[in-house]
Amino acid sequence: MSILQIESLCVAYDGAEVVRGFDLTLKEGESYGLVGESGCGKSTVAFAVEGHLAATGKVTSGSITVNGTALTKIAEPQLRRLRAAHMSMVFQDPVAALNPTMRIGDQLAEAAREPADILPIMDRVRLPDPEALLKRYPHQLSGGQLQRVVIAMALLSRPSLLILDEPTTGLDVTVEAEVVALISEIAAAEDVALLYISHNLGLMARVADRIGIMYAGQLVEEGPVRSVLRSPKHPYTLALLACLPGRKDRAPGTPLPSIPGQVPLIGALPRGCAFAPRCAMSKPGLCDVDPPLRMVQTGTDHFARCRRLEDQPPMSKEQQTPPTRDLRAHDTVLEIDGLRKTFGRRGLFAPPPVVASDDVGFTLPAAQTLALVGESGSGKSTLARMLIGLDVADKGTAMFDGKNIAALPAKDRPDSLIRQIQMVFQNPDGTLNPAHRIGFILARALKRAGQPHGEQDVIRLLDSVRLPATLADRHPADLSGGQRQRVAIARAFAGSPALIVADEPVSALDVSVQAAVIGLLSDMTAAHDTAILLISHDLMLVRHVAQHVVVLYQGRVMEQGPADAVFKAPFHPYTEALLASVHPPDPDHVVSPLDAPDDPGPSPQDGCPFYNRCHRRLPQCSAMPPPKRDAGTGHAILCHRELQDLVPPERT
Amino acid sequence: MVRKILSRLAQYGFTLLAASFLLFTLTEFSPGTVASKILGPYALENQVALLNAQLGLDEPLLHRYVDWLQTLVGLSPNLLPEAAPGLGLSDPRGDKYFGNFGYSLMMKEPVLDVLADRIGHTAWLSAWALGLTIPISLLLGTLAGMHAGSSVDRVISTVTVTLTSLPEFVVAVGLLLIFVASLGWLPGTSSLQPGDQWSTGAQLVLPVTVLLIASGAYLTRIVRASVAETMQADYVRTARLKGLSPRRVIWAHVLRNAMIAPITVILLQVNWILTGVVVVEAIFAYPGLGSLMLRAALFGDIFTVQALTMLALSVALITQFLGDVAYAILDPRIRVD
Amino acid sequence: MQSSIRGFGWIEMGGLHAYLPARLARSGIALTGMYILMFWGVVALFAPLIAPWDPHEIDFAAMGDRGFSANHLLGTDATGRDMLSRIIWGARTTFVVVPLAIGSAFILGGVAGLAAGWYGGWIDILVSRVGDVMLSFPALILYIILITSFGPSLTNIVIAVTLAYAPGVARLMRGQVLAVKERDFVSAARAGGESGPYIMFVEILPNVGGPLIVDLCLRAGYTVILIGTLGFLGLGLPPPTPDWGGMVVEGVNFLSIYPHMALLPAAAVTSVVIACNLLADGLRERAK
Repeated sequence: MSILQIESLCVAYDGAEVVRGFDLTLKEGESYGLVGESGCGKSTVAFAVEGHLAATGKVTSGSITVNGTALTKIAEPQLRRLRAAHMSMVFQDPVAALNPTMRIGDQLAEAAREPADILPIMDRVRLPDPEALLKRYPHQLSGGQLQRVVIAMALLSRPSLLILDEPTTGLDVTVEAEVVALISEIAAAEDVALLYISHNLGLMARVADRIGIMYAGQLVEEGPVRSVLRSPKHPYTLALLACLPGRKDRAPGTPLPSIPGQVPLIGALPRGCAFAPRCAMSKPGLCDVDPPLRMVQTGTDHFARCRRLEDQPPMSKEQQTPPTRDLRAHDTVLEIDGLRKTFGRRGLFAPPPVVASDDVGFTLPAAQTLALVGESGSGKSTLARMLIGLDVADKGTAMFDGKNIAALPAKDRPDSLIRQIQMVFQNPDGTLNPAHRIGFILARALKRAGQPHGEQDVIRLLDSVRLPATLADRHPADLSGGQRQRVAIARAFAGSPALIVADEPVSALDVSVQAAVIGLLSDMTAAHDTAILLISHDLMLVRHVAQHVVVLYQGRVMEQGPADAVFKAPFHPYTEALLASVHPPDPDHVVSPLDAPDDPGPSPQDGCPFYNRCHRRLPQCSAMPPPKRDAGTGHAILCHRELQDLVPPERT
Repeated sequence: MVRKILSRLAQYGFTLLAASFLLFTLTEFSPGTVASKILGPYALENQVALLNAQLGLDEPLLHRYVDWLQTLVGLSPNLLPEAAPGLGLSDPRGDKYFGNFGYSLMMKEPVLDVLADRIGHTAWLSAWALGLTIPISLLLGTLAGMHAGSSVDRVISTVTVTLTSLPEFVVAVGLLLIFVASLGWLPGTSSLQPGDQWSTGAQLVLPVTVLLIASGAYLTRIVRASVAETMQADYVRTARLKGLSPRRVIWAHVLRNAMIAPITVILLQVNWILTGVVVVEAIFAYPGLGSLMLRAALFGDIFTVQALTMLALSVALITQFLGDVAYAILDPRIRVD
Repeated sequence: MQSSIRGFGWIEMGGLHAYLPARLARSGIALTGMYILMFWGVVALFAPLIAPWDPHEIDFAAMGDRGFSANHLLGTDATGRDMLSRIIWGARTTFVVVPLAIGSAFILGGVAGLAAGWYGGWIDILVSRVGDVMLSFPALILYIILITSFGPSLTNIVIAVTLAYAPGVARLMRGQVLAVKERDFVSAARAGGESGPYIMFVEILPNVGGPLIVDLCLRAGYTVILIGTLGFLGLGLPPPTPDWGGMVVEGVNFLSIYPHMALLPAAAVTSVVIACNLLADGLRERAK
């Protein structure tokens, strides 16, 4: 029996259609992944199913049937009963989703069909000490714990349909892996149908039975997950998959393809195929004319919306020769040693200071890329801020150009030094001053860099990041996220710096844009002979672009070395856990769960900081700091285990 | 939590002390020395000089402030009756007691007695005004905020926006014109004299209404904005999608969170009312502290002005402190670590 | 569109641009407020040319009937002076005192708040504590003390309003600066070695303008109320300077016979306050 049936659904906000003729059938116990970039209408589908569109939103045609009840035809009280009895929803931000002034227990009780269910379900989502937890308020829990509470809450009504809108975006990768595994496990046991909304193809490969790719308010391809990911038919799906850095058949360092152009604006859709203007396959006179396209069956249960399916080349196996990695001895641009930084007030009653960096040391060769990897709280950003002089180290050295810059704040740095070290920030919304025009921002950057800063110079700089000169007159708000990040890169490169610190430069961007921005960054560093310190949580990206990797955990370097060595055994247990959390867009990717301790308490005072989460821990790990083990060619691991014990068993 | 409260209390204590110094400086540094204010405009120069010496008014400002403070808390005597016997001042409580603000130059009585006669009237007026303002604003504000954009909201919002633009004296003039000059239903003055042809209740209607309109409209807007914003919160969406009834969503999820922001404003209303009270009492000749403040200030009765201002400052700071406590009670993020 | 990159073309107060005329024109509410203020501004500016009578001149001929007449379009007041002329001249009082007082309050409070938010440390503690002390005085009581102590001159009223409002402005500015300070573009400017004043005035200030301008309109409204109230309480500018609040209180005693004496100046005060509030509301809506 189908739990959810959507037929030719159209939804409009203020008259502008954002969902155009959407169909979906979801059976009992089935898991469906709806994938698309921001603004494609996927969340609108979820809210339409819940009957909870924003005030300006309206279902203009089509039908939604949940458990046999036509949702579009019932009144508010019935809809409420339907929600309480059959549907639950989990959102992206668990902090906002819970009432800050109500105890966890009371919020759970509201959703529970049977109060007796509460404690068992807390156990099932593996929340430690549930009795005590029920009495707490949301702000007392971590993000991962809160998302478990939200999932427990969603399951307490014993729904037959669970909608998950980006349920793990914003969580750390290891937490994400645990949460999705948990959802899949419980859903399978309870026979709950799952509708996942996500931008993450890799994650969907892992959790969904079927996936649908959405573009500009329409499904462009739909089918069993294996079929869609193995033999994608629609050019958009093909292009999306090609953009992802983590594909096995792509050698590190090869340039990533990207999709040109941008998602069309609502209300400004092209005729015919909405993707045609960005499609490498599009054919004038065929793709850009009415009538609108229909879904065509292309395989068992596999559909695509394209007029050129017959003309498609089979998915190309990219067998480019990988660029030879230049690992010869280089000049060193940055040499960090024993760096320590703590935050917190000093005083009699002050809480103990938080250690953001402790005994951090590594070297960065000129014109190469070194990636700092770690989860939130690992001290990556603090390190970046120290390098550009926004924070100062308590102890240790960071040698740059013969000078120790570790404790040298930006205001005390000579202009010549500032020009040599530049930063690209994470959030494209905050990185450019909204009050100024792009031209002003870049002219100022050129001026600070001691360069000519006339109109032509600004235009030349814009051109170097492949942006049109007309943008000089615009404000940042008029630009897309990708364009803003290009401007930020242009600003950083205004004076040909020797070192760029890039803090998650693409994590806020859509997949198709990410590839282009990363490509630009690589090209610029090659052209200017600049070294990059890349901060990222995305291991697939790191593997693709970095020559050296440093893995940080709670401010300590756990493992470092050449990228090829770090991504191969022996692993530090933390690196192993991070790698186990990676989701390549491959339905056959096997994840062997690590036997991590269930209740991560605070890390021990003296021993290894990773002790409480480590699946390989030994008794002495909590008492003594781990020794540094040399795995050759600059590859070092900080662990009590012998190197041969750090090799995972071969999968059979 | 206890430490937070204590440190807050200490902070308010410091603020009160600093404010009292400012008050002292402003009143006693005013053109025309204190002594000539005490003795009146026709005093001879040598009389003024003598009094200055006797009261220590020649001392540096800080010294005089400390003296004033010591007298105020009852550590040292008020020297005025002995220094200026011609004024015939005396205090049955003696010359050293806590709260010794000295003598009202206008009434020739201890300031505390002058205040005691009137404080009840002002408290009564404020209590009525607050007692009506708070429930009515909460009700209307919540109603409008819950249905933001509806016709109910538009009516409430338009009316409150208009009313907040009206100065108290304009509202008073309007009400006087309608209910006194035209209809003759209510008295134009509220002097609470015994044997007045109007009952006390009738005399209170207009003053209370002016205060209600002046602060109620503003409070309604604050409550409306907070409720409307809370209605948009993700956790309210969560509650709705749980399938809870609208009543449950409003009571359990919206109201408590929506009240956190206005609670501070509600308590600040006490200050607004204090300000409004001066205007309203002046218009309606109401025998309270507000009209006293104005008369004392115009007369140059600095000791009464000091006492009234210290009272107002204490009320203001106590309500701010209560606001902090209420905030902590409503918001566990502040209360629980 | 082609424009010059050098010069001031680029330095455009973007955070403010949402509030400047082009955007303003799209908000009907704000525009209405603007028009009312412009009307009174013109009246104030050209008072000597517009007013049919000298505002201080007593017309003994009009003592019999003080109502509306051809000679006195809006009647006369209790002493026989022309109401219309007095209201026109009264606008002058308002339109001199309010901009001066609000302007100085925003300059003083704005700079203090900017410094407190940007530098933190002891500057912040000093500004915040002094602000706490000033704000603990109920506003009207502070004015009464200041004005009775120092006398009701124009300068003293301006000083009183400045002292009373500057702490609130500083507090708002400080909060805004603290919020903007955390944004990446400020970090980028700091890392780029820009000086403190450059960051404060070029990077931060344009982005905090919005809420401050709304606050400015609201405070202008309060100041109009306040000046009216002071006049009403007899603490306004010394007579015979025409002052709307003072005119209301003079008219109150004649409310049953000649209601225009109190109502007309009351309406004048109210229209200016409403205009300020409309402007504030319209701008706030636009900013969303």
